[in-house]
Amino acid sequence: MIPEITIQVLWNRLLSVVEEQAQTLVRTAFSTAAREAGDISAGVFDIAGRMLAQAVTGTPGHINSMARSVVHFLEAFPAETLRDGDILITNDPWKGTGHLFDLTVVTPIFLDGRAVALFASTTHVVDIGGLGVSAEGRQIYHEGLYIPLMHLARQGVINEDLLNIVRANVREPVQVVGDIYALIACNEMGGKRLTAMMREFALPDLHELGEQIITRSRRAMADVIAKLPQGSWSTAMTIDGFEAPITLAATLTIAGDRVLVDYTGTSGLSGYAINCPLCYTDAYTAFGVKAALAPWIPNNTGTLDAVIVTAPENTIVNAPHPAAVYARSVIGHMLPDVVYGCLDQAMPETVPAEGTSSLWNLTLVAGHGLTDTGGSATRAYTVTTFHSGGAGARPTQDGLSATPFPSGVRNVPVEITEAITPLVVWRKELRANSGGAGRTRGGLGQHMEIASRDGAFGIQARFERADYPARGRAGGGPGALGKLSLGTGAALRTKGLQRIPAGDRLVVEMPGGGGRGAAFARDPALVSRDVLFGLIDHAAAEAEYGVILHADGSPDLAATASRRG
Amino acid sequence: MTKARLAVDIGGTFTDLVLEVGGRFLSTKLLTTPDAPERAVLEGARTILAQAGIGAGDLALVIHGTTLATNALIERKGARTALVTTQGFRDSLEIAYEHRFEQYDLYMERPPPLVERPWRYEVPERIAADGDVLLAMDDDAVARIGAELAARGAEAVALCFLHAYQNDAHERRARDILARFVAPELIAISSEVCPEIREYDRASTTVANAYVLPLMERYLGRLEAGLRALGSTAPLLLMMSSGGICTVETARRFPIRLVESGPAGGAILAKLIAAASGIDRALAFDMGGTTAKITLIDDMQPQQARHFEIARAARFVKGSGIPVRIPVIDMVEIGAGGGSIARVDGLSRITVGPDSAGSAPGPACYARGGTMPTVTDADVVLDWIDPARFAGGQIALDAQAATRAVNATVATPLAMDARAAAHGITEIVTETMASAARVHAVENGKETAGRTMIAFGGAAPLHAARMAQKLGIHRVLIPVGAGVGSAHGFLGAPIAYEVVRTRLMPLSAFDAPAVNTIFTAMRAEAEAVVRLGAPSTALTDMRTGFMRYRGQGHEVPVTLPAGPYGAEGAAQLRAAFEAAYHALYGRIIPKLEIEVLTWTLALSEAHALPARVAAAPPAAAPRPTGTRSITDPGSGARVDAAIHDRTALPPGSRIAGPAIIVEAETSTLIPSGWHAGPDASGHIIIERAAP
Repeated sequence: MIPEITIQVLWNRLLSVVEEQAQTLVRTAFSTAAREAGDISAGVFDIAGRMLAQAVTGTPGHINSMARSVVHFLEAFPAETLRDGDILITNDPWKGTGHLFDLTVVTPIFLDGRAVALFASTTHVVDIGGLGVSAEGRQIYHEGLYIPLMHLARQGVINEDLLNIVRANVREPVQVVGDIYALIACNEMGGKRLTAMMREFALPDLHELGEQIITRSRRAMADVIAKLPQGSWSTAMTIDGFEAPITLAATLTIAGDRVLVDYTGTSGLSGYAINCPLCYTDAYTAFGVKAALAPWIPNNTGTLDAVIVTAPENTIVNAPHPAAVYARSVIGHMLPDVVYGCLDQAMPETVPAEGTSSLWNLTLVAGHGLTDTGGSATRAYTVTTFHSGGAGARPTQDGLSATPFPSGVRNVPVEITEAITPLVVWRKELRANSGGAGRTRGGLGQHMEIASRDGAFGIQARFERADYPARGRAGGGPGALGKLSLGTGAALRTKGLQRIPAGDRLVVEMPGGGGRGAAFARDPALVSRDVLFGLIDHAAAEAEYGVILHADGSPDLAATASRRG
Repeated sequence: MTKARLAVDIGGTFTDLVLEVGGRFLSTKLLTTPDAPERAVLEGARTILAQAGIGAGDLALVIHGTTLATNALIERKGARTALVTTQGFRDSLEIAYEHRFEQYDLYMERPPPLVERPWRYEVPERIAADGDVLLAMDDDAVARIGAELAARGAEAVALCFLHAYQNDAHERRARDILARFVAPELIAISSEVCPEIREYDRASTTVANAYVLPLMERYLGRLEAGLRALGSTAPLLLMMSSGGICTVETARRFPIRLVESGPAGGAILAKLIAAASGIDRALAFDMGGTTAKITLIDDMQPQQARHFEIARAARFVKGSGIPVRIPVIDMVEIGAGGGSIARVDGLSRITVGPDSAGSAPGPACYARGGTMPTVTDADVVLDWIDPARFAGGQIALDAQAATRAVNATVATPLAMDARAAAHGITEIVTETMASAARVHAVENGKETAGRTMIAFGGAAPLHAARMAQKLGIHRVLIPVGAGVGSAHGFLGAPIAYEVVRTRLMPLSAFDAPAVNTIFTAMRAEAEAVVRLGAPSTALTDMRTGFMRYRGQGHEVPVTLPAGPYGAEGAAQLRAAFEAAYHALYGRIIPKLEIEVLTWTLALSEAHALPARVAAAPPAAAPRPTGTRSITDPGSGARVDAAIHDRTALPPGSRIAGPAIIVEAETSTLIPSGWHAGPDASGHIIIERAAP
């Protein structure tokens, strides 16, 4: 039996091992999604496929999905058939992490000739062929190269045929193959650290340690859940969708030591690429539940088992093959808001109001066929910068402005974008009056204006909250709607490729987050500060918050009281 | 008479002074006087000069490091600062990276910007990435802002325009206009403070610099006057975060470069010891009361970086502080020290830190009202510390209070006895520090295994050997006088200055004359600064290119060959990049375009490193002064440890663990399976017995 203190030390060590594994990947990856958004994951599994530790990385989309993918790998390639030096790979959206851009690599680790563990890692590559960074695919076949579960290496010999197929199918072959090597290297690093740990502590295998980690985590989750009110709560949220509005409906049930989330009632599939495979639905749902209930418990099989996610097939949250799924994050990012719509009924004053949630990334392009028909005379570029509108108000804190939730991306500096493209960003600032009114205010969106020094350019739009806002909770108001337009005034669509003529500007107004609580209950001093800071204007202070200000900007408390009634 | 050199390090709690006179070192320690920090400095100087029997007029040099600027930033006690920026970008400082630094925390808050929105002004003007003027600056608008700033009583101004690193004409002209309304020395412009691409980082650095300008200006003035009043005519030099020192003139213009100078001094000390002891690959480990810091030192050079975060909101969480881009000695800081508090979390796991009991109330064993168990309490319960001899006997420790605290908070909830729980606390804290060290190493493409650890700070000598074991390190050096390490390090720091330029250049379009022009300009700028303090000594420069494959978002620092560059420059830079990339990531990517984004030049006095000290011949160790039953750090078993007096161990002698070497300020723990003894310089060398 492993002594108690040793178990604790080993658990810490495993978390450190996967952190080193993840760092190795982040620093060597090419795609901006991996680097700036931390859109990667790394974890260690026992040979039964149970996840023992996962690195805390930037974005929750891989939380359960990567864990489940290892089980799929082991079903296809049972542990006893694996040899030292074997490496497995897939980008199957349904057995991996939800779209073809995510490559998952699994490496069995051997100690003294016996398989003792598996390391898995996932990264979002720069390109995977097909339509590329477009949500206009209609079937998975439009979306690029599909790699079924297979060997990437056998006993140390790399499958060069596969790499050649990859090179022939993607737009940036050197970078994509570079990312595959980064995945291999980070698993190797994890394996090296793990075997060193096992030798240091004379562990022949991970059975007992794994059992302890999983049992303790399961028990901790059960303790947390058992203290919650038991019952079922339902909610629904409507979002813009691609070709038609989409209803996301959920029922959350707290029963004993489990939280069940079922999406019955949710809209059917889209004809475009915003469909979400169940594994990705599972990931964002579990993230939302865990962030609200037990953020301090590390992710592993024991904790993931406590949240059970179900959805009828052929709904947009359980899209089967051959649905197009490239932009599944549009839906996935909305799911914590739906979960919180349920939890807010069960646990008042805990969760935030709805936020922008889905990212307002600007994928700006130019090139033949996209912005004109100049052929090779057109300077071609594609650049994606990550941006966010406002987040939802919290029970005692305003929502964060221009900050992603639930995603964990970072922006790309304007100066960097301008250094590598002909684009010029003329304005990037907080968007006044966009935060939903409330006792606590929703976060503000942003106002950006972009032009090109070159000629026309385009934007691959797939934005949400342009028709249906982020709603407030507990009497709070909605955030402002998002908008896309030209500097010369004409409105642009928020879905699909939009063209900005030479000399004109693209104007992006990002949505705000919802407010929480009655706006008339907001502290007049905070309303006064918001006016002073230019976050809301005088008219909004009076109309929405019922706050009357003196000439010097301080609140007139008597007039405010009478206005508020 | 030989001229003396005085080093002064103002820390949060103590002000340390070290005087070097004729190869002799004297040191003293006073409580810091936060309201007027120069008071402790001047009082300490008087004391130490009297001890040495010399006058202030005998000082040849005063080298000073202070946390004053850092504290002003942490406590938000700097100047009322205004930011003037390009129209459309006043919120850049607040929007920051559009990022949440805590993925799972629904209630996360970013630290508020140092300049709030009503103090952020916009000027119609625009420069493009290539330096072209897209919109000429509206000079009248700048003048209107200047008048308003004067009327509103701005105490400092930061100017940061887009792409000013490429073309500084607008910033300079705006400064000239604003100088009609605001004292020019209180205006910081980004093209001087940090001429580097990435608008938020540059603005953040410029604002932080402006924020501490008036405060440092006043303080340095008072200190200079005070030293003169003492009778000193010696130049005053300031320690920078880079490990170099600069003159007062430079410190006044760029006070942001003075943050973290204390820890930099510690790293310099470790570097000097590494040189004297012939250690090529070292890991400096500084563990004090509240934090531990780790620095990698290869080939006698502490690892350098250009990014640092001040005042992290969530302590130690990356991304939660104020980013500044300045040259720094790269160290990882962990909330783990003697005062770190231990608890049991909801998973029945022992956690230690990052919060600390500090000096008030302090660990439970201080018997000053602390009830939470700390690392020091665990050390007492394990009998690693003799309660009667702690800190030279100045603080009598209450061992029973330590046991009570460990029992109540850790042992009882986990159904263990106090010793097992205390052993758990020390295991977890060393594991936490070791993990941070390993992750830091891997982030830099390095390994911890096989290095020599140089361990200093009050809490390090007890935990160093166990920590080394977890890092695959077999050799630990505990220096003489580890307690005032930073101030000691100041005396070995060279006069140095680093400057930076951004100019994006693909190697396929390598423009050798342009690069040579950049380096000539940088050398001139650096030389003007360094010559203030080192008018005639030989200088050495180091060129670094921050390079990447096209498409990547992070750059790799690459040491560049000496210039000037000719036709073969591109090939030389490619080779240097590929070597650095391979060292970091174990591979290169053929056929991918390579580009340089940013260039730096570090100019330094050619400082000779200390000569290698010859090994001491073997000597017999005296008999221990006694034995004590302690818990062995590795196995957790009770063992009898020999007690030795450090001063009684002759150089070259060896004792076997388990043992404790005691001295006035601290105790060094030698676990079972290790042996130890002083080297020729008196440093204790702890080595793992051959397995």
